[in-house]
Amino acid sequence: MADLNHLIAEAQQDFANCQDVPALENAKAKYLGKSGALTEALKGLGKLSAEERPAAGAAINVVKQAVEQALNARRDSILAAEQAKQLASESIDVTLPARAQSAGGLHPVTLTLRRVEALFHSIGFSVANGPEIETDFYNFTALNIPDNHPARAMHDTFYVDNGNDSMEHVLRTHTSPVQVHYMENNTPPLKIIAPGRVYRVDSDATHSPMFHQVEGLWVDEQISFANLKGVVQDFLQKFFERDDLTVRFRPSFFPFTEPSAEMDMSWNGGWLEIGGCGMVHPEVLRHVNIDSEKYRGFAFGLGVERLAMLRYGVNDLRHFFNNDLRFLQQFIK
Amino acid sequence: MQFSEQWLRSMVNPALDTAQLGHALTMAGLEVEELTPVAPAFQRIVVAEILEAAKHPDADRLQVCKVNVGGEVLQIVCGAPNARAGLKAPCALVGAELPGFSIKQAKVRGVESFGMMCSAKELGIAAEANGILELPADAPVGQDIREYLDLNDHTYTLKLTPNRADCLSILGIARDVVAMTGAPIQLPAIHPVHVTGKQSKAVTVTASDACPAYYGRVIDGVNAKAATPDWMIRRLERSGIRSISALVDITNYVLLEQGQPLHAFDLNLLQGDIQVRFAQAGERLALLNDTEVTLKPDDLVIADNSGPVALAGIMGGKPTSVTEATQAIFLESAFFTPDVMAGKARRLALSTDSSYRFERGVDFGNTQQAIERATALIQEICGGTAGAITAVTGQLPARQQVTLRHDRLVSVLGIEISVAQVGQLLTQLGFVFNETAGVFSVSAPSFRFDIAREEDLIEEVARLHGYEHIPALTPIALQGMLAAPEAQRSNAWMSDVMVQQGYQEVVTYSFVDAAWERDLYGNQQPIALKNPIASNLSVMRSGLWGGLLDTLSYNLNRQQSRAMLFEVGSRYLREAQGYAETLTLSGLCYGSILPEQWSSTARAFDFYDVKAHVEALFAQPVRFVAETHPALHPGQSARIYVADQAVGWLGKLHPQWQQQYQLNQACFLFEIDAAAIQNSRVPAYEEVSKFLPVRRDLAMVVDQSVSAQAMIDAVINENISQLKQLKLFDVYQGKGVPEGKKSLAFLVLMQDTCKTMVDGEVDNVVAKILRNWSSNFAATLR
Repeated sequence: MADLNHLIAEAQQDFANCQDVPALENAKAKYLGKSGALTEALKGLGKLSAEERPAAGAAINVVKQAVEQALNARRDSILAAEQAKQLASESIDVTLPARAQSAGGLHPVTLTLRRVEALFHSIGFSVANGPEIETDFYNFTALNIPDNHPARAMHDTFYVDNGNDSMEHVLRTHTSPVQVHYMENNTPPLKIIAPGRVYRVDSDATHSPMFHQVEGLWVDEQISFANLKGVVQDFLQKFFERDDLTVRFRPSFFPFTEPSAEMDMSWNGGWLEIGGCGMVHPEVLRHVNIDSEKYRGFAFGLGVERLAMLRYGVNDLRHFFNNDLRFLQQFIK
Repeated sequence: MQFSEQWLRSMVNPALDTAQLGHALTMAGLEVEELTPVAPAFQRIVVAEILEAAKHPDADRLQVCKVNVGGEVLQIVCGAPNARAGLKAPCALVGAELPGFSIKQAKVRGVESFGMMCSAKELGIAAEANGILELPADAPVGQDIREYLDLNDHTYTLKLTPNRADCLSILGIARDVVAMTGAPIQLPAIHPVHVTGKQSKAVTVTASDACPAYYGRVIDGVNAKAATPDWMIRRLERSGIRSISALVDITNYVLLEQGQPLHAFDLNLLQGDIQVRFAQAGERLALLNDTEVTLKPDDLVIADNSGPVALAGIMGGKPTSVTEATQAIFLESAFFTPDVMAGKARRLALSTDSSYRFERGVDFGNTQQAIERATALIQEICGGTAGAITAVTGQLPARQQVTLRHDRLVSVLGIEISVAQVGQLLTQLGFVFNETAGVFSVSAPSFRFDIAREEDLIEEVARLHGYEHIPALTPIALQGMLAAPEAQRSNAWMSDVMVQQGYQEVVTYSFVDAAWERDLYGNQQPIALKNPIASNLSVMRSGLWGGLLDTLSYNLNRQQSRAMLFEVGSRYLREAQGYAETLTLSGLCYGSILPEQWSSTARAFDFYDVKAHVEALFAQPVRFVAETHPALHPGQSARIYVADQAVGWLGKLHPQWQQQYQLNQACFLFEIDAAAIQNSRVPAYEEVSKFLPVRRDLAMVVDQSVSAQAMIDAVINENISQLKQLKLFDVYQGKGVPEGKKSLAFLVLMQDTCKTMVDGEVDNVVAKILRNWSSNFAATLR
């Protein structure tokens, strides 16, 4: 039996010369194929005597295993190289911008209202709504502002054309009518805020004919003027995230509250007017059949654009309604 | 209400400086809106007399004056044409600081000058001036001009609330300052004048409910040309009232001082007796402001035998007004009730100082005092003889006893205050009361028209106690949880979905241009405003698209090239009874589908892009049906339905409007009732089938006009139990499909909840579908 050990080195050399898997399979045939050298050698065992056969067979198998090992090693190495090449070819510039839609955003008035709603919600206030085309009754009379009351002159009212002389419908001049609607349909205790659009015949750098207010109302058995101050102060501290902020009340007059106050907020060493408030007037409670001896409440109204301007540093009211995207997109968060 | 600080301090002079007094007024509810000094803070300007004025040797327009400034005579070069020997005028001495400059010793064209003669403008007390300020001949030379002209004064402007009519006078403000500071009050002495005149006028008040007090008197022999004294002119001007003539100035002075409007008629122009009555319809009156009004039967007038001569409490008539030729007057001081006055001035567009006060309430306890005060001033300034007062009085308003319970006050305000302290504060206010066991029975003085119920008194006590001293307390109340309906989505949810899809929220006006309503919504009769602020903001919107398109144009004009906008707001609709408002979500897409970027070819938004945005909003199944809308392209317009209810629109802006709004590219719009979006559901578990679904794909050839939705609806309506899903996944036209036809490929998913479906069952479902489509749409398998 010829010495086969030289085949190992030859196979290793042949395999190493192969650059891809098909070539390697071809090279394999020379040793392990049907008429490969080792296959032929195994076939030749039959010609040997029974005594010689085991030793010769074992010798062939040693060589065959070595060749197979060389083959597998080479195959693994080729596959690894191919995969590495593939991966390298698939690499991209991960710093290129994403294929993305533009970012959307909310209007700053909405952002502000959401903050207001969330803060009041956290102490149990729900949100109430009412119509913007109001009747004279809800906008004025039910709020203790009878016909010809001088306080009507404080409201520059838009009147809706009913096709005749009727002055019955107005664009609400404040969110306070929502109080009346709500109290008509609910029984105390009551805790609501009423955000929304309001309208006044006024348009200049500091007045918009349409703006937003948020009305607050808390009616219960033991609600006091001091509580009103407490709730408003708590709200403003949380809204502006400033614990040092304080609220000052100044006597004022609204026909639907008494006592009434203007609310000032401490701000950069001075005072800023931020809204009106007071204890719900017994006459208003009488209109909605709430016993003013048993229940009392407070109400307040805040200017939403005012809050937004202070919170976000906006210096001109008109920005809110121009809807310039360069302005609005500053509020994307 | 504007007034001079010095005038107020002449009645009450608390130990507060100007700013402190202003703060005290504000904190007592008399908000100081403006506080301005009547003159800038200059020093070293004195009353001076020009002794000699000689022409400057080197300048035509200058004079060299010898000026006595008190104690010394200075040489001063002066350019004012009115500088002349014997004139007294203010002189700024060397070292004086005036607004914008200071006075130094100087050479003017070679002549030494040791000061400056001043005009009113240079002193900062007038906007314009013509020459140096001429002072009266008796002005004391050497006196500080600030002192002489009483310039250490300020003008306060109060923003008074309608309930505080009592503070529409110096007297009223002084009373409140007394109440808040405890400083003593010094009222001007008012005594009935000595009656020497024989003339009087009979007065008949037929409208005695409207005019329960009328005082009138004749003063004859008055000099209507007399000059108003400087001190009076100053007080009036600093209180915002221009000097007109002595008689008018005096009535205005008493109006400001006492809060009582007065009127002076020229006696000789009145015919016969005076009546206070309601007008007869159609009567006309020429007014002092040169207008003429036609009166209504509820207008209260002062009339003589010829007819109305004044609109009571509002304005006098022109024909009987006092003039420089007036020699005798009939002076009126009356109380007209707020009920009668309310709204009249506004109706006639004639708001006057007088009507303003009467409609809010004038002190009816002061009517006679005021006429005596005015008479004395007239006699002092214009001379004349006063006749006896004709007084007609009726039933004056009663001041009811108002109950104030101490315990109620404490619990409403949330402050600690004793019964005695409350009594003290009421006394300070001039209220008269009895108190028993903490219950006060209070009657308000005649000048207070705002004290009718307990809360009015609680407010007064709070005001004097000081709103600043009310603590900020957290309420103690029972706390329950709020309802949280799970099947209801919030406004916030809706907006958040839009934002996440890339939309920017905008807020546009609820009132719009009538043209937008007409063009975009076919609304020929929009809800109009009677008094719009501008013609393009004159009608209420019945949809939000106008505002969105306007916002788009605004931004396209500012270098934006694409936009995704939405708004949540009301649409306003007319109803049989009144109006309805529907909360609406509207959106707009314009330009390329993505912001400019590197990785895909630019493509403009199309219908189906925006349809996806809309579908993302709905929890319930939603259907799109081809219907037309005035704003939309007729071939690319869909009405949106949830169940059988129409809830909105989606489509491409009609090319006609696209052109009109000058848009280069197509614009897609949608508008949906918020309620339809907000209706969601509480999820309910259903058994998940253990058996695999079977899928079949069906490519159907149909007429081009057949809608995919109709085909799906037709099958769904058959309620085939094993059919789980039927969905279109491909649309093809071209080779292999006849002209005028299209191929629609549907995915059919079938499943049985109890067993695996066998081939026969699957074929059965598919056959049902094919039969349906064949008979309803003449559809054939491709």
